[in-house]
Amino acid sequence: MPGITREEVAHLARLARLELTDEELDHFAGQLDDIIGAVARVADVATEDVPPTSHPLPLTNVMRPDEVRPGLTARQALSGAPAQEQQRFKVPQILGEE
Amino acid sequence: MTVTELVSYEDALTSYDPVMGLEVHVELGTKTKMFCGCATTLGAEPNTQTCPTCLGLPGALPVVNAVGVESAVRIGLALNCEIAEWCRFARKNYFYPDMPKNFQTSQYDEPIAFHGYLDVELADGEVFRVGIERAHMEEDTGKSTHIGGAAGRIHGASHSLLDYNRAGIPLIEIVTKPITGAGARAPEVARAYVAELRELIRSLGVSEARMEMGQLRCDVNVSLRPHGREAFGTRSETKNVNSLRSVERSVRFEIQRHAAVLGDGGTIVQETRHFHEDNGTTTSGRVKEEAEDYRYFPEPDLVPVAPERAWVEELRSELPELPLARRTRLREEWGISAHEMQSALNAGAIDLVVATIAEGADPAAARKWWLGELARRANEQATELAALPITPAQVARVAALVAEGSLNDKLARQTIEGVLAGEGGPDEVVEKRGLRIVSDEGALGQAVDDAIAGNPAIADKIRGGKVAAAGALVGAVMKATRGQADAARARQLILERLGAAE
Repeated sequence: MPGITREEVAHLARLARLELTDEELDHFAGQLDDIIGAVARVADVATEDVPPTSHPLPLTNVMRPDEVRPGLTARQALSGAPAQEQQRFKVPQILGEE
Repeated sequence: MTVTELVSYEDALTSYDPVMGLEVHVELGTKTKMFCGCATTLGAEPNTQTCPTCLGLPGALPVVNAVGVESAVRIGLALNCEIAEWCRFARKNYFYPDMPKNFQTSQYDEPIAFHGYLDVELADGEVFRVGIERAHMEEDTGKSTHIGGAAGRIHGASHSLLDYNRAGIPLIEIVTKPITGAGARAPEVARAYVAELRELIRSLGVSEARMEMGQLRCDVNVSLRPHGREAFGTRSETKNVNSLRSVERSVRFEIQRHAAVLGDGGTIVQETRHFHEDNGTTTSGRVKEEAEDYRYFPEPDLVPVAPERAWVEELRSELPELPLARRTRLREEWGISAHEMQSALNAGAIDLVVATIAEGADPAAARKWWLGELARRANEQATELAALPITPAQVARVAALVAEGSLNDKLARQTIEGVLAGEGGPDEVVEKRGLRIVSDEGALGQAVDDAIAGNPAIADKIRGGKVAAAGALVGAVMKATRGQADAARARQLILERLGAAE
């Protein structure tokens, strides 16, 4: 059963914006490999007549009517923002100079 | 930035066969967002239409908007798609400030609608079938304002400001199959497709689909392959092309640019590009290396959507007459060409003409006023035809006054001018401005006599048989009656009095 390589863990860490040291990478790569190996055993019992499960409850079509419900005020919405300006969330530079 | 010497469009087509793929995002006109009950009112103050769900705050749970799902199914049916019996939402994971949840709730390998087509009509009446790969449900992002850079551009900005009112508004993304076989007409096909899709969306009433408002946005993929080769070339993706004209121009430009690069022995980089309205060119955006690594997985907080077959069939049976079928029917009823119908469509006049006919006008007159005088005025005022302050019933009344001989064209135009200026309905304007045609023989006869007496030289010519000179006297009569005479009758009287015959 293929597990996960150190390079893949490094790639995922980058995509998830996690800064991992070399030691942490070694550590997590080993742990994740074990976890994936354990979970992979599901494949041994899940034959073709067992569809993959993404939801534990046998529910479909849970919907709400298209009716406006009260939300947050701008002040409430911005209350957790590290920085704000003009009633908007202020974020650092997205792209540098071209 | 390197400037590419473009290959002429004709030369590009001589060497290569263009393939296109169009991705259109339609913002639904629902009252609330896709996964929460926040309002979607346009122009609201920043960050006044948010809640823990659309801001991605911990513990918030999404619930899907029933009208959003219904709209998606109706769009799918109108696009001749199959509707999934069971499908899920998926998380598309990426970090970008306009998406506060750090993932977009979308659909991945289980779109709600798939395998359809849309027939589009080109200007000469040729119908081109565009295959639809899929239509899926997702949500819009917030709106960024970039501060400190030139002209609000992201490049060089010192920071950005985010308004999340738009984050979570329902989007339906409609993706075509690769469009092949369009050849030199590829730009025209792309434009016609987006135009037809826009009409379709409007006819369903699911969105106003106004491109200038961002309610319908198009990403244009183009690649070239040498004639006779099966495999597609590498594509470029021009993002957010926001008018029909730009869709057409961007395809044309990319065909020429690709041909230039390939012709020089270069390779096309798979990348996103930005279209520039001012000069019709595209420039490189971000290179699509790992950007594709979205780690989609089924959304655990939303249960699957399983549209009941009976419900789907009910929605199918309730679909309105679709725009192309309707235009084809109207073309026959009005007795006009594909090209003329295209003009009516481009002018946004079809519904207005239909309504004017329903008010009793004949088709030719209804078309004439909306596509002539009224289109000219709308154009002058840079407004849409439908936004002019005149109703189809009023236009029908003007047409009726012309048909019964109470107004001639000139007076009808003045009547319309009065209606547009807010002076009242057509009858009121005619009354107030005294526009009714002078048909009483006494007044007209006097004007004719005066014209003859005032222009003896011309009168002599006519007596001598130069009937064509009568025009000058008709002109004098029209001038004397301030345009209110029946010109044909005036001409008749002039000829009678001077003993001349046609």
